[in-house]
Amino acid sequence: MTRANRLTAWLLLAPALTIVGGVVGYPFLRTLYLSFFDAHLLGGIRGWTGPANYVQAFTSRDFLAAIGHTLYFAVGSVGIEVVLGVLVALFLNRSFYGRRVLRALLILPLALPTIVNGIMWRWIYNPEYGALNAFLTQTGVLREYRSWLGQPDVAMNMIIVADVWKNFPLVTLLVLAALQTVPTDLHDAARVDGANAWQRFWTITLPGIRPALLVALVLRSVEALKVFDIIYVMTRGGPASSTKTMSYLVYEQAFSFLQIGEAAAYAFVTVAIIMVFVAVYIRLVRSQGVAG
Amino acid sequence: MRHPYRLLIVVLALLGVCAAQEEVTLNALFMQQAAYSNDDIRNMTAEFEEQHPGVTVNLEFVSYEALHNKIVTAAAAGRGGYDIVLFDVIWPAEFAEYGILVDLTERISQETVDAVVPGAWTTVMSEGRYYGMPWILDTEYLFYNRAMLAEAGYDAPPATWSELLEQARTLKENGTVAYPIVWSWAQAEAMVCDYTTLLSAYDGAFFEDGEAAFQVDGGLRALQFMTSSLEEGLSNPASTESLEEDVRRIFSSGEAAFALNWTYMYNLANDPAESQVAGQVGVAPAPGIEGVSELSAMNGSMGLGVTTNSEHPDLSFAYVEYLTSRPVQERYARLSLPIWEASYDEPAVVEGQEDLVNAAKQALGAMYPRPLMVQYPEFSTILQSNVHSALLGRATPAEALQETALQVRQRDLR
Amino acid sequence: MTGRAHRVERILTYLGAAALALFLLAPFAWLAISSLTPLAELIRKPLPWISPRMDLARYRLIFVSPEGENFRLALRNSTVVALIATSISLVAGMLGAYALSRFPSRRRAGVLYLMLATYMTPPVAILLPMYLILSRVGLLNNVVGLALVYTSFLTPFLTWILKGFFDAIPEQVEEAAMIDGASRLGALWHVTLPLSLPGVITAVLFGVILAWDEFLYALIFTSSTASKTLPVAIAEFTSRHAVDFGLMAAGGIIAALPPVLLAFALQRYLIAGLTAGGIKG
Repeated sequence: MTRANRLTAWLLLAPALTIVGGVVGYPFLRTLYLSFFDAHLLGGIRGWTGPANYVQAFTSRDFLAAIGHTLYFAVGSVGIEVVLGVLVALFLNRSFYGRRVLRALLILPLALPTIVNGIMWRWIYNPEYGALNAFLTQTGVLREYRSWLGQPDVAMNMIIVADVWKNFPLVTLLVLAALQTVPTDLHDAARVDGANAWQRFWTITLPGIRPALLVALVLRSVEALKVFDIIYVMTRGGPASSTKTMSYLVYEQAFSFLQIGEAAAYAFVTVAIIMVFVAVYIRLVRSQGVAG
Repeated sequence: MRHPYRLLIVVLALLGVCAAQEEVTLNALFMQQAAYSNDDIRNMTAEFEEQHPGVTVNLEFVSYEALHNKIVTAAAAGRGGYDIVLFDVIWPAEFAEYGILVDLTERISQETVDAVVPGAWTTVMSEGRYYGMPWILDTEYLFYNRAMLAEAGYDAPPATWSELLEQARTLKENGTVAYPIVWSWAQAEAMVCDYTTLLSAYDGAFFEDGEAAFQVDGGLRALQFMTSSLEEGLSNPASTESLEEDVRRIFSSGEAAFALNWTYMYNLANDPAESQVAGQVGVAPAPGIEGVSELSAMNGSMGLGVTTNSEHPDLSFAYVEYLTSRPVQERYARLSLPIWEASYDEPAVVEGQEDLVNAAKQALGAMYPRPLMVQYPEFSTILQSNVHSALLGRATPAEALQETALQVRQRDLR
Repeated sequence: MTGRAHRVERILTYLGAAALALFLLAPFAWLAISSLTPLAELIRKPLPWISPRMDLARYRLIFVSPEGENFRLALRNSTVVALIATSISLVAGMLGAYALSRFPSRRRAGVLYLMLATYMTPPVAILLPMYLILSRVGLLNNVVGLALVYTSFLTPFLTWILKGFFDAIPEQVEEAAMIDGASRLGALWHVTLPLSLPGVITAVLFGVILAWDEFLYALIFTSSTASKTLPVAIAEFTSRHAVDFGLMAAGGIIAALPPVLLAFALQRYLIAGLTAGGIKG
């Protein structure tokens, strides 16, 4: 490539770089810097603490609990989304009347703003007037109305349901697109050879959709590990702090307790955990080879 | 030009007028439905603007959770933030420590100090200095459904908490109401307010000599009262998800006979457009404990302060003075009672809400404060989490409070 | 497969389709119904699912009455922020995508991945310094300020999408234009873009949907109707209007309609965008 071309290329890339670097880069570095100090939002920087804030992060019962809640949410939510998403994609890959319509309907949860999704499910889960309670009592499954978001173990599961409903279509659409590139004659040949559905899925379908699945996994996992919005609007971290996730704790530490040094450390531990997840996925893909 | 000097004078005069009437914009931060309705506050502000031509006050209303964060982040950002802010009684210690609010002690005359209800000043005080004017004087009262009580043969509200449980048991047995008592026990500050009311009834204390004291004696008994009322089925299980508005709704739809809530609920619960039990709602100071206290109350007041970042402190203080002035407070006394002692005998204030004023006269004098700590928000978060665990049966009251005390000591909260 | 097995399979398929459709529609349908149902009916037990007394009162309230002013302003703000942010990100993204596509290099590809990696940072991590900077330049509580913040997470994504679409257009097309005397940028504008219009539409669609969806930055950086967006206004509903669930539902429906309708209308492009991402990874 000529020198002039290289220069042009960098110039063309410059606006995007400036935006991302300027708006994200500096705050990112500043937060990293703050994480090594005892810093207070109003009291200013009160002294170097080195890795003390990070030690605090790994010994704080609240933060460790938050990591646990976040991982539970991420694994549960992404796991179910992927399984459900793939199943629905396989289903929609067959031809039948109304398939197009169903595929279009998938867009509804996807395009719905996260906050609206949150209030919608919160209303459905309302302990006194919610649709879920009404439905379950009217069909005889429950004897009386019960609390869904008010019980520590149940609350997170209900949030997972809300999150899965909104996001599984992403997996479905990604996988569906990939499925449509897998030639059907491979399936027919395998069937002739006596392979059953599961074997066919494992040896023919799965390799075909692996790249799409990887994209879905990475996107959804990163989102799930960062989760804040839906927690804020559905439970504010309760009940008994059982739905406080890492992001929520960072928010609390920074804005309610004003301990920005500690908050910064918590934030970077969160980033580190996310990076580990992504790295693991990528390594898994590399080791199995990217089929296409 | 024929009369240049005349033209010059006209121009100068115009400039002079403009200078005298310089446009000033103040930014004021309030809470949504903090006792007064948003419209009330808008009206008060419009009146102030009329009296001060050229001055515009931008009003912002945020939720309670957002209020603290907005004040603090605006303070950190420096200029261009808010000039006047509404703050909760639990924040002056923190705000004073970090110089967020202007020390108004010198601007408040002794006359004013004497004329205001005595218990009100703790709302804005830290280390003996005043960081604002008390504005919303509030405590949690006991609201009860007179009709339901009468039906069960009770013609007076309970004077002690055990009496209340007795009455609740009768109502439950009679089938009048499934869960007679409803509380605001969601994991939020409102729960700490309920807890504080009970703690004051049992003559407990939060801290003594710098050491945690709520995990024993009165503090412990208060939480035990809460959990056992849930276990016995007298308290509505939905309480652990409810905030003040939920309590009002449940009480107003006739699904509860007793509720602890703020002043604002009284007139709304008696308003036929808002409530199905209008006309049946009684209010009394929260009960006491036999042999320990006559009644219980906690300080849930809010004050108005001027920020140190404000570029117009004098004008801002004038606005604060206007909103807290006696005439204005008495005119808007339906959702929040005035801070001026004399107002409680004013017919215009008393009329239509005699019960409330009566209850207020007794309760306001006995308001028990939550801890005056710089790091109160952190303390409250820890307390809320552990109390909620106890209420949900995940820990015993003793365990929950001891865990709180332990974390307070570990984090060295002051 | 035998005739009977075939029929059973078909019945199961249609049952499955119905179940899926119900699963996708029911929650949202309930939200819509709630927004039309008077409160007295909503809190009745047993719940009368579809009440004969449904009306548009709440929508009238939001769109016509003075009380709905805040919400209307939030709607305006969301629209303005989404448009500004998407426009800026689109331009930056197009230029960047063009560079990445036509002048591929390992280092520049690495830069793209670095930009995409910023997606892994939880917004809470960078909120505070951002807040302080915005405050210093006077862009707090300001739609332009918020839009600028949004460009930070829209740009990498849009760049990536557009690169995929540009890659599909052969370079000869631009070379032909340049031989005829056009400059690089001229070729981009007159030749490449029209050919990659589907990609541009896809990028705009994603941009608008993502910007419309954003909550945390809006929560912290806006405080008044000057710039408060719909998600913030709705989140406030949950504490303020705890008493009228239907009003909250109406607010939710209004906030949901623009992105949902847009996505439906442009679903071809949505699918194309996801396809490109899914297949190429």
